[in-house]
Amino acid sequence: MAKSKEKLVPVEGGVIPERDAGTPPVLEARHLGIDFGGLTAVDDFNFIIGRTEIGGLIGPNGAGKTTIFNLLTNVYQPTRGKILVGGVDTRGKKTYEVNRMGIARTFQNIRLFKALPVLDNVLIGMQGQMQYRLAGAVLRLPSYWKQEKAAREKALELLSIFGMESLAYTPAGSLPYGAQRRLEIVRALATGPKVLLLDEPAAGMNPSETAELMENIRKIRDTFQIAVVLIEHDMNLVMGICEGIAVLNYGQIIAKGTPEEIRNNPQVIEAYLGRKGGAAGC
Amino acid sequence: MNQTKGKTIPMPVRYLINTVLIALLVFGSTAYVNGGGVSGYVTKVLMVIGINIILAVSLNVATGYLGQLPLGHAGFMAVGAYTGGIFLKAVNAAEASGAQYLLMVAAALLLSGLVAAVFGIVIGIPALRLRGDYLAIITLGFGEIIRVVLTNIDEVLGFKLTYGASGLKRIPKITSYGNVLVCVVLTCLVIHLVMKSRHGRAILAIRENEIAAESCGVRTTYYKVMAFTLSAFFAGVAGCLYAGYLGSLQPTTFGFMKSIEILVMVVLGGMGSMLGSILSAITLTALPEVLRAFEDYRMVAYSLVLVLVMIFKPTGLMGQYDFSMSRILERVWGFFDRSKRKEG
Repeated sequence: MAKSKEKLVPVEGGVIPERDAGTPPVLEARHLGIDFGGLTAVDDFNFIIGRTEIGGLIGPNGAGKTTIFNLLTNVYQPTRGKILVGGVDTRGKKTYEVNRMGIARTFQNIRLFKALPVLDNVLIGMQGQMQYRLAGAVLRLPSYWKQEKAAREKALELLSIFGMESLAYTPAGSLPYGAQRRLEIVRALATGPKVLLLDEPAAGMNPSETAELMENIRKIRDTFQIAVVLIEHDMNLVMGICEGIAVLNYGQIIAKGTPEEIRNNPQVIEAYLGRKGGAAGC
Repeated sequence: MNQTKGKTIPMPVRYLINTVLIALLVFGSTAYVNGGGVSGYVTKVLMVIGINIILAVSLNVATGYLGQLPLGHAGFMAVGAYTGGIFLKAVNAAEASGAQYLLMVAAALLLSGLVAAVFGIVIGIPALRLRGDYLAIITLGFGEIIRVVLTNIDEVLGFKLTYGASGLKRIPKITSYGNVLVCVVLTCLVIHLVMKSRHGRAILAIRENEIAAESCGVRTTYYKVMAFTLSAFFAGVAGCLYAGYLGSLQPTTFGFMKSIEILVMVVLGGMGSMLGSILSAITLTALPEVLRAFEDYRMVAYSLVLVLVMIFKPTGLMGQYDFSMSRILERVWGFFDRSKRKEG
């Protein structure tokens, strides 16, 4: 808990937690924007994430948060601006290439491989780390056995973060809702990311599940030393674990800063509660 | 790791058991058939069943595992059949014998598969950008193009190759019960081994959720084309066996209805189940033969079976269930174990 009080220090392009200041930022968006026909969904989005930062992206419904995730993973190609992953421009890359550069994500509306067992869901995430070719698979060469065994062990280990190793052979679609959300996080982790993008990880969870999730997100960050960016409507979660928060409204950033700064920002309060609502913090 | 109840059979033993069982099936039944155990008519039906199994199992890769709906499977079969037929005629396989003959047959099968696979890649790359009904239409178009081209072109650069509408005749009849069975076993084995690997998982992931697969680092386009090509390869092999079985080829054989016939086998068996494809290929090939006595009604019965299965079991006979010898052995083993413990 003490760690969340990290100070933000300015670097070129934005602010990141003090402990990450020595290393280059892992993810950076510069003047990012996208138009759908005549509609500008996101405009002039600037954003920078330190190597082990937990960042938050909040804003009212329709503000463009998920669109930004889709831009960061190259599901959409940006109309303006650019995205740097570890300093490398992702322009023109395919989604799977961006994933292999270190960006993994979960989805707001769960997208698991429902008919496949939990373990296979995680193993598919490890696709990029296994090397054996088609011939290796058909002839069952030693490379197949070695890599499959290693991947299987690693997958079970990842599942154990959320205590799900006993569910390894259950079809993913038959898991309860909360477990499906957790499995999505495990699958994303399996791809070996540098940045984990979580799209509403606590949606539909009860307060105790949310508290557990908070602990787990922190644990993941500490053990894997990766950055996490999350979109969330649950303010307890966002204010509890995020070090830097960006607030989005109508596709534009209206405020950036630490949870305290955001909580007291009049523009944010206005975006959430409307004018003249002042006193109630969000 | 052992979540399944009872004992699991260790990997090498599983492979050994399966190898022994398959070898027994191949050698045993080939010896029986070749030894005159069944009539020539039954042998021929068995060969057609084998060819249909290869077609159904290979189409299942594209429909059941990849989750697309190609309607041009007969096109790949035609490519394989003509390639195999022309090759066998060219090398004069009928007059060869011994090891040379075997080599020619193997080369013909492989070549047919490869040429069909090349067509698979060429068609797959543009076609797989589309999905659903659009993919169905484009592959349907491809199948028709193959048929029409084969009907209208009888010579290439002065060489008489395909003989156009009059058909390719006097192809050496290389297909026997034995080599059909070996091809069936190899087809099922290769597809099974691919599906139980990272490549197979990637193909299944695309069926389950393409967007999620892509963001998990799966090269979706590559794997779509791979699955499509694998499917085309074995359709080509089946085509070659078909050419060697009939001894003559007519372009009209490989029309739209042939593609549908294969698709029906896959859907009836259950999309995504190899065992289902095999069983329904056997059923749907044997059924019209069994019903030959009721000449007038056999097509009615055939259609009725389809309608009834789709009403009462819309996911197909087997759903997505796949057969595992080891699983059955484990269960039998577990049963004995338990009963022994009860006694003791």
